[in-house]
Amino acid sequence: MLLLLPILVPLIAAALMLVMKDRAKILGLAASAITLVTGFFLFVNSSCIGTKTFFTVLDDPNITFSLGMTGISAVMLLLSVLVTFAALWSGKCPEGKEALWYSSIMLIAAGANGAFLSRDLFFFFSFHELALIPTFLTIGILGRGDRKAIAWKTTIYLALGSLVLLAGLLMAVQYGSGFDMDSLQVASEKQICIAAFLIVGFGTLVSLFPFHSWAAPAYASAPAPVAMLHSGVLKKFGLYGLLVVGFQVAPEGMQYWVPTLLVLLLGNIIWVGYVTINQKRLDFLLGNSSVMHMGYIFLALAALAADPTRTIAVPAAVLLMFAHGISIAMSFNLADTIERKTKTLELNRLGGLAKKAPSLAFLFGLAAMASIGLPGLANFAGEALVFFSGFQNWDYSEGLGNVQWTTIIAIWGVVISAVYMLRAFRNTFHGATASSTEEVKDLHWCEKVAPALMAAALLIVGLYPNLLIKKITGEPLCSSSCSVPASTATNTEAPKH
Amino acid sequence: MQAYLLDFTVAGLGLILLLWEAFCPPVQKKNIGIAAAIGLTAVFLVLQFANFSPETDKWLERFYHHDGKALFFKSFALIATILVLLMSFDFAKVLNRFTSLDNSNTNTGEFYFLPVFTCAGFMWLASSIDLVSIFVSLELVTISFYVLVAFMRRNVGSLEAGVKYLITGALSTGILVYGIAWLYGATQATSIEGITLALSNPDLHKPTLLFGLALIILSIGFKVGAAPMQLWIPDVYQGAPSPIAAYLSVASKAAGFGVGITILAPFLASDVTRESVSMVLFIMAGATLLIGNFAAIAQTNFKRLLAYSSIAHAGFIMLGLAAGDYSKVAFYLATYLVMTFTAFFILGLIRVQEDSDEMEVFRGLAKRNPILALTLTINLAAMAGMPLTVGFWGKLFMLQDAIAFAPMWVILAAIIGGATAFYYYFKLIKIMYWEAPEKDTKIVLPVISRAVISIFTIATIVFGFTAQPVLNMIQF
Repeated sequence: MLLLLPILVPLIAAALMLVMKDRAKILGLAASAITLVTGFFLFVNSSCIGTKTFFTVLDDPNITFSLGMTGISAVMLLLSVLVTFAALWSGKCPEGKEALWYSSIMLIAAGANGAFLSRDLFFFFSFHELALIPTFLTIGILGRGDRKAIAWKTTIYLALGSLVLLAGLLMAVQYGSGFDMDSLQVASEKQICIAAFLIVGFGTLVSLFPFHSWAAPAYASAPAPVAMLHSGVLKKFGLYGLLVVGFQVAPEGMQYWVPTLLVLLLGNIIWVGYVTINQKRLDFLLGNSSVMHMGYIFLALAALAADPTRTIAVPAAVLLMFAHGISIAMSFNLADTIERKTKTLELNRLGGLAKKAPSLAFLFGLAAMASIGLPGLANFAGEALVFFSGFQNWDYSEGLGNVQWTTIIAIWGVVISAVYMLRAFRNTFHGATASSTEEVKDLHWCEKVAPALMAAALLIVGLYPNLLIKKITGEPLCSSSCSVPASTATNTEAPKH
Repeated sequence: MQAYLLDFTVAGLGLILLLWEAFCPPVQKKNIGIAAAIGLTAVFLVLQFANFSPETDKWLERFYHHDGKALFFKSFALIATILVLLMSFDFAKVLNRFTSLDNSNTNTGEFYFLPVFTCAGFMWLASSIDLVSIFVSLELVTISFYVLVAFMRRNVGSLEAGVKYLITGALSTGILVYGIAWLYGATQATSIEGITLALSNPDLHKPTLLFGLALIILSIGFKVGAAPMQLWIPDVYQGAPSPIAAYLSVASKAAGFGVGITILAPFLASDVTRESVSMVLFIMAGATLLIGNFAAIAQTNFKRLLAYSSIAHAGFIMLGLAAGDYSKVAFYLATYLVMTFTAFFILGLIRVQEDSDEMEVFRGLAKRNPILALTLTINLAAMAGMPLTVGFWGKLFMLQDAIAFAPMWVILAAIIGGATAFYYYFKLIKIMYWEAPEKDTKIVLPVISRAVISIFTIATIVFGFTAQPVLNMIQF
């Protein structure tokens, strides 16, 4: 039953909000607090909770509504509940739009949680789609700038991506053994085609180069909580899907596409990296940087695809997914705060904020440093592991293979992110105060709660990444009182060879 | 009990209503429609709960057979006809305006009993197992449609639609008869059973057979609105009265697929013809998907958009037909009925209150009637195939059939078509929510429309979660 809470509570809250419009914020806070607690509890006890089938939706092909926890989904769920709470707490809703604003956040949260907890491909896909509708609507109704065109573009990109993905998943079902995510397997001759569909489908959702151009404008235009949830949580669905579906269904197919994937991810890291350097607005810069950092996670996936014995790759990818999710959500949150205080996000119209708002500067600096990969923060652990995974099992007598070369080039990306992040930080916080920043006051305690929560998560995971890695690699943590048989509690995320 | 008695009852009901209208016409012409709806509901209940003998009487054995498939398509026809009658009640205002000078209902009597004849045609068609009886019942359907489409005789659009439908319909009938003749020449049989037997005959002259079959497939393509026979659909739907457009879009399409299943099943089952038939159907499906969806992008009239969307849906259903997955075809048709009637009910009431079918009258609907806007949003999302709505299941099954049997380009056409659908359905959602309304007047839902729309919207969501109850009802 506990597994249902992260999905049902936000859904019920969203429904109630339509009726009780005045209480929307209280309802949302209560619901996200409940999911936060449940998420923590499930994370701690994830290895004790097996898959639970609630009921059968369809007999032939067999589709069931079943939820379950694996190490990876435990980490993703934790990410999701953290960001949901932060988004709900920190967002400033325009007057009179409370019902739409808060119910959208709740629907996105329900969809994301549902997707991460589902153990059946049908619901895995459906819950993600459920989360996309409120994303489009909020961008279109409540967004900034050229919101209609941007929401439109995003809709088309993601709809096409989802359908390609659906075709890939259906092929996996057709040639494999059905919708059950615990028993996905496909004959090797069909894998190349399936892997291509999955990479393009999931890749579009994760903004893999060259299907990335929707992402930065969408995040810049979306209301801050939606940008936080989509870039922080929902986008990780694609990576999560590649990891738990792609590698189970088509390990050989993924291997076939490694060279292509390497080129594309370098597009993310280098091409989009340089695009990011050139941004003049903070929100576009953050949006592009989030696209760029997807490249690192794809690098871990490519390393895994090229050599399935690379045991570091999965924890590396998941750790970085978590770290990036938190750090980008925190950045969008603080950028929104800056915009509210200064009424602008143009980098050349900002400056000297550090004097006026030191705690804002500290927190934004922390998020920026995390995103660059400063040791001690979670992103460093993730990125370092990603680079290690590229060289794991490397036989130096054979020279550098394409994965190793790509890893070496990708490290240049760290320099690129340092350049744009530090420059953004300098332009915003250092130097002389600009007209827009002169009257700014420092953060109210209320505004500190959400970023502090995320900063704590970054620090804790950064200082002790084993906390997550142990979950991901599925070490038996279950206490003796656990009644679930060991076989259901072990990890299912390791790729089948 | 013999199943054909019900078909006769429906035809008889139509005749009685006709005589009533001719010799002692009621002041309120609606009463004819109410009587028709009650009569058809009674027939529907009998159909569901009576026991029918599987053996038809000797004298009709060659033409008529009642089975699970016939039961499904008969129930489908009855439900669709009842819904059309219900929609006509709320639509009466427009109907009166375009049939008489003084906006009275004097000239609308026929509108309420002609659908009963159409329904009798559909029901007979569902049980027909001989090309001759298929042809005859199909003509009964088509001829009553000729009248219904052009019914708003003081409206140029309706007349134009009537003429277009008459000409193209007659052409398609001609093609069908010609095809039947060739098929008879090749197999010496008109009954489906005889044709099935002939297919295993080694002396069969294949080119003759395939030519005849190609003509029949074309004519089925006309009925369901599949490329290259889809051209009549947008103009006819736009011009026809909304209830009739819905009737054409749902019942006529379903009848086309019903005939398609009856006639093509033996060909799709036989090794001699399976490959060529299913390939032709897949090619038509792919082309239909691309044409229907791409052409829908540019539409600014909601009724025309629904016309193109009905072409696009036909493309999806063809995938299942080509794969020989008949129960899933029936499933898709059932969901299609729910979605399309919801859309047409909303369209009808907007037409009555705003006097326009254009998409721009939906501007700011979210402010004028939030519940209706939400309902239409759910409906459009379902039509686009959004997961957790009933529309997704149909697309899922059809895509699965395509992946199992169709060539890669058809699968890609289905994907591109599906994504395009999101574009044009969401365009309307966008108009409802993102744009400011032109007037502030509230939009009122009449009782019947409100009931039907609510029930169908709930069904869209409930069966979107699980499709099994619907599939259990389809027994073939």
